[in-house]
Amino acid sequence: MNPAATSVRRQLQTPPVPASQFPFNPGSLLSIMDLGLAALSRLLSRATALESMDPLLRDRLLAKRRVALLFYESSTRTRTSFELAAKGLGADTTLVSSLSSSIEKGESLKDTGLTLRALGAEAIILRHASSGAAWLLESETRLPVLNAGDGMHEHPTQALLDLRTILAHLRPGIEAIDAETLAGVTVSIVGDILHSRVARSNMLLLPRLGARVLLCGPKELLPELAAGPGVIIERDFEQALRQSQAVMMLRIQAERLAGTQLDLDEYKASYQLTGQRLAAHAPLAVVLHPGPIIRGLELTAGVADGPQSAILEQVKNGVAIRMAVVERALTAAEQGGRA
Amino acid sequence: MTALVIRGGHLLDPAAGVDGLKDLLLKDGRVVEIAAPGKLKLANGSEAIDATGLTVAPGLVDIHVHLREPGQGYKETIATGTAAAAAGGFTAVAAMPNTSPVNDSPEITRWMQAPERGASVRVFPIAAATRGSKGEALNDFAALKSAGAVAVSDDGRPILKDSIMRETLAAAARVGLSVIQHAEDTRLTEGASMNLGPMSFKLGLRGMPPEAESAIVERDIRLVTELRDTRTHLHVAHTSTAAALAAVRQARRNGLRVTCEVAPHHFLLTDEHVGFYNTNAKMCPPLRSAADRDAMIEAILDGVVDAIATDHAPHAIHEKEVEFERAPNGITGLETALGLCLRWLHKEWKLPMGRVLSLLSAQPAALLGLKGRGTLAVGSFADVVIFDPGAEWTYRARETRSKSRNTPFDGWTMQGKVRWTISEGRVAYTAEG
Repeated sequence: MNPAATSVRRQLQTPPVPASQFPFNPGSLLSIMDLGLAALSRLLSRATALESMDPLLRDRLLAKRRVALLFYESSTRTRTSFELAAKGLGADTTLVSSLSSSIEKGESLKDTGLTLRALGAEAIILRHASSGAAWLLESETRLPVLNAGDGMHEHPTQALLDLRTILAHLRPGIEAIDAETLAGVTVSIVGDILHSRVARSNMLLLPRLGARVLLCGPKELLPELAAGPGVIIERDFEQALRQSQAVMMLRIQAERLAGTQLDLDEYKASYQLTGQRLAAHAPLAVVLHPGPIIRGLELTAGVADGPQSAILEQVKNGVAIRMAVVERALTAAEQGGRA
Repeated sequence: MTALVIRGGHLLDPAAGVDGLKDLLLKDGRVVEIAAPGKLKLANGSEAIDATGLTVAPGLVDIHVHLREPGQGYKETIATGTAAAAAGGFTAVAAMPNTSPVNDSPEITRWMQAPERGASVRVFPIAAATRGSKGEALNDFAALKSAGAVAVSDDGRPILKDSIMRETLAAAARVGLSVIQHAEDTRLTEGASMNLGPMSFKLGLRGMPPEAESAIVERDIRLVTELRDTRTHLHVAHTSTAAALAAVRQARRNGLRVTCEVAPHHFLLTDEHVGFYNTNAKMCPPLRSAADRDAMIEAILDGVVDAIATDHAPHAIHEKEVEFERAPNGITGLETALGLCLRWLHKEWKLPMGRVLSLLSAQPAALLGLKGRGTLAVGSFADVVIFDPGAEWTYRARETRSKSRNTPFDGWTMQGKVRWTISEGRVAYTAEG
């Protein structure tokens, strides 16, 4: 680079990047960054309270409130989990999915959102294949929008349920979190980081609690520019395992792999979590996976079903976390301000 | 045609070396006399504009706009696009051929210039280099030139095949046309919607590597070198990367006729300005890194950049109110270029006003061989912009004369308010109030 460019950068004022106006609605959860440590603590403790509440009492909390689930991508876990969460609080839910709606006829996301709002939806839970879709929907509808996964970008409720799971194992009983709660903890996120919204949300969340995040994977799935504050790249899986108290395995997103050259056999040889690897290098670590899991690819069946696996706990935690998130969506405005 | 006198203004005509108080007499579409204040001989009975306290300069020339006609009149028409041009102080625009159908024929080239289009300022068509801009078969450049085309380009659909680009450069040189390349190796940018970097990773969007631009610029310069024909002129459109600029800089040192333009958004904004998926910050080439942006500023200040061009690319509101990846590329720019250039290049970064104006008029006009444009020397076209150089104002996209309002500069502070734009002696724009 020309040295003069550096001097330009030093001396010249350039137009500032404007601050984000998002979220417009205090009930929205677009990014995990929408939640500060206090708000995270409130959600975690609220999840516990709601989980243990008498279902008949819980059922009155959001009785007859209307929540729309807008799903442009297939989903088992997240959709069912959100639906059970909203219904568990007494809300009416309606599901709009891309294969049985006007979306098929070419209706835009904006128009679908406005239509749902006109139908009385008070919050929209959105799963969409395009990164940023939740931001678009929120700015057009100004409703509370819960991001249930936008493209390769974020999946904030997954990060929350992952955090609840990690805390249950490593910091049992702690819900009031702060910047030191996970000090000394290393979490490895392994596999298809490039395409993973789960990885991005966790990378934005865990370092704020003091955890060190190691990203692990081949360069096709983990570009160097993924590293950031508190987030380090460690390409050697076994090295990463040896340092980790929690290991989050990710699915290879074959549907997004177009154009990349990846040899799956080589991948498995280097990055598959096997019983042997786990026993040899991380015998005490908790194993997480956001699902869907592909047994025999990113991890073996033995590990998925083994004693260190918290995969089904994560699913269970998802319902509790999403109850708290849905409740916040519909009550944040009443409580006046950003929760 | 009646005569028009511009009195009392400060004439700033860098190409003619004029910088002082002068009165101008315009007649029959030409500049007929320039004199010291109050000394015009033929001024009696003429219409007059009082330009006291204002700067009088050659009308601005934008060599890169998309007017969307024929075929996409819902985005822009030649009438609305040139009205926006006039409001921005431009008196000449060169219109890219990615219309529908593509402007690859003398018929469309002539159609675009016909009086029925209702243009406020002069439109110079840039014709497609290849049939349908498909990058396969060359058009008849001589016929296009005699129909009024001022350059050839497959803008937006870069010519990837070496053999076709070589033929294009050679054929254009033979008839004296410039070749304008939108430098993008589209094999490296498939499915990508912004610059490749930490920001694209963070936003979960596929990124366009800077090499996609610089590799094509380097390839094209190699082809120009190999042709060994001094008539060959390669012009690099909307340069956005430090590496592409470095290649242009080197080519110039080697004596080649390689020129480049930079758009205001590329010397002002970075990929951070995409924010949370602002589709009005999506264009191609995309907003780049801060280092690339700084390289644009440096190259403008040190003279490597030959022209500021807007790449005015209007799109309807509904086309931009979609998921970022699905939104079309492009932003409007005709009404904001002068205000941004004066606010930043001149006021903030101290580029002399005459050089700013030269980058917006004399140099682009010379680059495309637009004779009698970009200067107000006696005998030139009476293309004039009269503006208040110190006035600060706020740009409001909803007040645009364009059909579209897809700009990232809505609400930005501008410097230099256009008061009148005169195109070949006719008033094409007058500021209200």
